[in-house]
Parts: sequence; C-alpha cells; structure tokens
Amino acid sequence: MILQALAFYLFAAVTIASGVMVIAARNPVHSVLFLILAFFNAAGLFVLMGAEFLAFILVIVYVGAVAVLFLFVVMMLDINFVELRQGFLQYLPVGALVGVILLVEMVFVIGAWVVSPEATGLLAAKAPALAQATNAEALGRILYTKYVYLFQASGLVLLVAMIAAIVLTLRARPGVRRQNIADQVARSRDASVEVKDVPVGKGV
Amino acid sequence: MTSWVPAEFTAALPEIFVALAAMALLLIGAFRGDSQTRTSGWFAVAVLIVAGGLVAGTAASPGSAFGGMFVADAFARFTKILVLTGTALAVILSISYIEREDMARFEYPVLFLFATVGMMMMISANDLIALYVGLELQSLALYVAAAFRRDSLRSSEAGLKYFVLGALASGMLLYGASLVYGFAGTTSFAGIAKSLGANPGNIGALVGLVFIMAGLAFKISAVPFHMWTPDVYEGAPTSVTAFFAVAPKVAALSLFVRVLVGPFGSIVAQWQQIIVAIAILSMVLGAFAAIKQTNIKRLMAYSSIGNVGYMLVGLAAGTEAGVRGMLIYLAIYLAMTVGTFACILAMRVHGRAVEGLDDLKGLGRNRPALALVLAVFMFSMAGIPPLAGFFGKYFVFLAAVQAGMFALAVIGVLASVVAAFYYLRIVKIMYFDEPADAFDRLPGREVGVVMTVTGLFIALFLIIPGPMLHAAAVAAKSLFPG
Repeated sequence: MILQALAFYLFAAVTIASGVMVIAARNPVHSVLFLILAFFNAAGLFVLMGAEFLAFILVIVYVGAVAVLFLFVVMMLDINFVELRQGFLQYLPVGALVGVILLVEMVFVIGAWVVSPEATGLLAAKAPALAQATNAEALGRILYTKYVYLFQASGLVLLVAMIAAIVLTLRARPGVRRQNIADQVARSRDASVEVKDVPVGKGV
Repeated sequence: MTSWVPAEFTAALPEIFVALAAMALLLIGAFRGDSQTRTSGWFAVAVLIVAGGLVAGTAASPGSAFGGMFVADAFARFTKILVLTGTALAVILSISYIEREDMARFEYPVLFLFATVGMMMMISANDLIALYVGLELQSLALYVAAAFRRDSLRSSEAGLKYFVLGALASGMLLYGASLVYGFAGTTSFAGIAKSLGANPGNIGALVGLVFIMAGLAFKISAVPFHMWTPDVYEGAPTSVTAFFAVAPKVAALSLFVRVLVGPFGSIVAQWQQIIVAIAILSMVLGAFAAIKQTNIKRLMAYSSIGNVGYMLVGLAAGTEAGVRGMLIYLAIYLAMTVGTFACILAMRVHGRAVEGLDDLKGLGRNRPALALVLAVFMFSMAGIPPLAGFFGKYFVFLAAVQAGMFALAVIGVLASVVAAFYYLRIVKIMYFDEPADAFDRLPGREVGVVMTVTGLFIALFLIIPGPMLHAAAVAAKSLFPG
C-alpha cells in the first residue's frame, strides 16, 4: 500500500512539474520533451489505477506519434517564439479576467455538483472486474458490438482527414524524372552514345 | 446478440448507402484522375437523389438503431430530405463552376458526399457521442471544402479560420457534453431526459447545456458566435459558399432542436431565455451589419445570420407550432438561398467572376430574365407577400405570438423591416442605376435550371403550400410525443 502511495505521489508530482515546464521552458524543443515526460508519468498513473490499456495507448499514440510530430513541426517550421509572445502583456488583463470569471463559475458548479441518483442505473456499459476480463478485452467486447456505429463513423472521419491532407497538399510537379525500367531497357545504343572524331591537338 | 443486425441496417440505410457511394467515387477518382470530375459530379447528384428516395421510403414509425444511438423518425426524414436537396443543388451548381475556376478535382464531390453523411448522422443522433462524431465528420469535410482553392490566399484563409474557430467550438461542445455526462451518467438522450426529469434544477447539467449550446450556435452562425461567417463566405469558392449557406445550417439547426426538445425538454424555461437572446441578437445584427456591405457574398453571410435568428424564434417558442414554423422556414430559406447563389454564380464579366454589388448595376436592362429571378429572391427574403419568404416568417412569428412572446415577435418584425432595406437596395441597383458592363452568358445550362426551379418554388408556393405544411407538421409532431 505504502509503495503504491509513494509511486502515485512520484508520478503525480513529476506530471505536474513537467506540465509547468512545458509552458515555462524557453526552448520549444525542451517544451516538447517535457510534454513527453508528462505523458509517461500520466501513463504511470493510469497503470496504478488498473487501466493498463489507456497507459499503453497514451505511450504509443501520444508519445510515439503526436509528440514526435510536434517535435518535427517545432524543428522544421522555424517559428519565432519570441515574436509570438509579443502582445502577451497587452492581452494579459483581458485573459486574466476571463480566466478568473471561468474559475469562479467552475467553483460554483463543482460546489453544487451532484450526480443524478438515476446515474448508476443508466450506465451504458459497466466495467467488468479485472479478474474477469482485462481492459483490452472489455473494451473490445463493446467496441465491435454495442459501439460499432461510432467505431465505423470514426473510421469515416479519419478517411476524410486523409483525403483532406492529400487534397490540400499534394501537387503534381512537372519535370520530375522518375525511374522507368521499360524506358531504360528500351534505350538503344544510338540514343545514348555518340562517336566523335576528334582531330589531334584541337579538342572537341 | 444477432437479432439486431437487420433492423440497424434498414434504419440507417440512407447513411450507409451514401458513405459506400462516396468511397466508390473516391476509388473511381483515384484510378481515373481528375478528367472525370463532371461525370462524378453527376454521379454524386444521382447518389443523393437515390438516398432521398431511401429516406422517404423508410417506415413512417420511428425506428431507432445501434442500441438507441441512431433514430429515424418523421423529423429526421423531413430534415434529411432538405439536406439531401440542398447538397444536390449545390453539387449541380458546382459542376460547371469548378471546371471554369480550375479547381475540378475528383475529391470535390466526394467531400460533399462525406459532409452529407455527417449531416445525416447529426440529424439522426440520439446520443451525445453520436452527435459529436457526426458533427466532426461534417465539419472536417467543410473545412477542406472552404480551402479547396488552395492557391488562393483568401480561400486558404477561409479554411484555416473556419478550422481554428470550429475546433474551439467543438472543444466547448465536448466540455459541455462531459459535464452533462458527469451528471446523468449516460450519453444517451433518453437517459439524460430521465435524469433531468427527476431533478430538473441541477446547475452542473445546466452549465453543460450552455456549453453545448455555444458549440452548436457556432455551427449555425448565430450571434455572438458568428464572427467567422462573413470571412468564410467571402473567401471560400462561391459554389462551396452556396453549400455552406444551406445544408450545414439545416443539419445543425435540426440537431439544435433535437437536443433542446429531446433530452433537455424538461428544462424549457432555462434554455428558452438563451435562445431568445441569441435569436434577437442574430436578427438585429443580421439586419444592421448587412447594410454597409458592398460584396454580395458578405451580404449573404449577414443575411444568413439574420435568417438563423428568425428560425431560432420558432425554436424559442418551445412548442410544436414553433418547430413546425422553423421547419417551413428552413425549407423556404433553402430554396431562396440556393437560388440567390445560382444568380451570384452567374455574375461573370469578361470571363471573370465578380462579387460586388456595383456589378449588378443596370442588370434589369442588360439581362432582364436574370434580374427578374434575383428580384424575386430578394423580395422573398425581404418577406413581401405573396412570395414564399413571407410565409416562412409568418409561421415562426405566429408561433412566438401563440406562445405569448410578443416582444420577441415585435423585435423580429422590426428587424425584418430593416433587413428589407438592403434586399430592396439590390433591386434598386438592378433596375434604376446606370448600366455597368453586361454579364457573360449563363455559365452552364444547369445553373439556369436551378435558378428557374427555385424561383418558381418561391413564386408559386402560395398556390400549393399544403404538402409542405403537412410534412412539416408531421415532422414537428414526432418530436413532441403525447
């Protein structure tokens, strides 16, 4: 028990600290690296809660794909972050005001929070006990049966995203020399070699 | 476990059909290249017509599918047919335009079809997750459509602006949905209605509802979430703007109605004030901001903001009559807007598209037929009887008065008087100003056909309004059981 509590506080503290560093770091590459650290520790928290599938997904998808993509973008786009921060002070009062209002509202909402008494009866899919099924198994059971509609619809969303990326970026470039083996093989000697009679002492 | 399979497929058959057809079209395009864009455009129109037949053919009794996430009732049928009609007309208008503007790529009709699938899923959504997935499918396709002319700075700007603000709106909607889920313990509309019915005054669910409404208000471009509309309407290619102005509005408004009347039906008094406020703001801003516009696409953007305000008046009434009025208004708005955009697509001088109001000068002398059609649409938008636009406004204001919301109805009428100014100014420019350069010949026969059909619908609505009014009444009734 004490070990679990220790692990929890370690993961939680590192998550929050690296979260702060993401926005505080001057170098954007460091920001992304701290983001990855935050993801890893959040994954650790998920494992502590017994949600190992979410932990895997967080590491594979967020660290493996999203964060690396961020890193590429930050390195390749050469954004001037100092310039982006200009005007920060100018907008600070308005931003802070909106933030404070939202915070107060949230405090009211959470202060008066009740879960509807009907809620337990309305649960769509109760999570089975860990002894009966692992996370992945439990998710798989409902994902392809009960939620097949949403699963397929998300597939369509991804397809549209793929079409979108191609429509907006693919350009047919003229004058590209692609390798065409048939053309290469069909070349005759006459098309490639020219015999010149070079007079002595004159050059070509 | 196996017994649900056939029923699901029949209820969602139109969606499945359009999705499969879009994928087939994508494959054909990938193999045949951009040369067949005209053919695939007409193919897409045929797909939409068949889907309309499938929607009309589904059983009259409300059917739900996929564990209650998807519902096909009379309301869904009416609005789906509107969406399919709007999309089909927009695709027809696009076919010649995209060829002439050098953006004829086979993905164009495919994106429209996927957007349509998303809109139909929104209309049939009976669960917060289904709502969100449908909304994203539709929005994602629309963002790309706005930026479709990627070499144009304006078009890219329109797409990017729409994307960034749309993502923000989706974020708000999701946040609201999570609050509602946290309260009710379920995302299904029936479950939320049950939880709220038992304890109506819950503040957490209410804040969630406000966030959901903010997200949806963005999608229908109601004030104060309208900022993107003029820029996106102006920057996007005109044929895409014609699509934006009709189909997504129909889908998002129907979704709005279904969410408010369905799961949140027991707290009408709470959401009614918000709808009244955004309806008034939209009507007033739509009327006043349009006065100074010189670009006809921007003018249409403000006009659509105003029209959304009038439609929300019907929803604000919160009654069956109000929803019926809104549905009638939607149908008439669709015809007017598509027709007006057909006229805008015909605005070409020396082979170039023009968008200024000044370019319309003397149209009555240069091109009397085009001027007459546009004048019919403008009179109808201004709400002058006996044209159809008058009846749209009449039914929503009637519902508001019946619900005892006199102030709202009076403000609506006053706003429509102000709005009449800029509609009639277009008529004045066309008939009484010195002629500018004459327009080229119609850009394609299909544009003329769309113009004529919608124009006749608007002008002759008075003669046979019965079927439409009846269908709208049936559709509204299905949302208010008992």
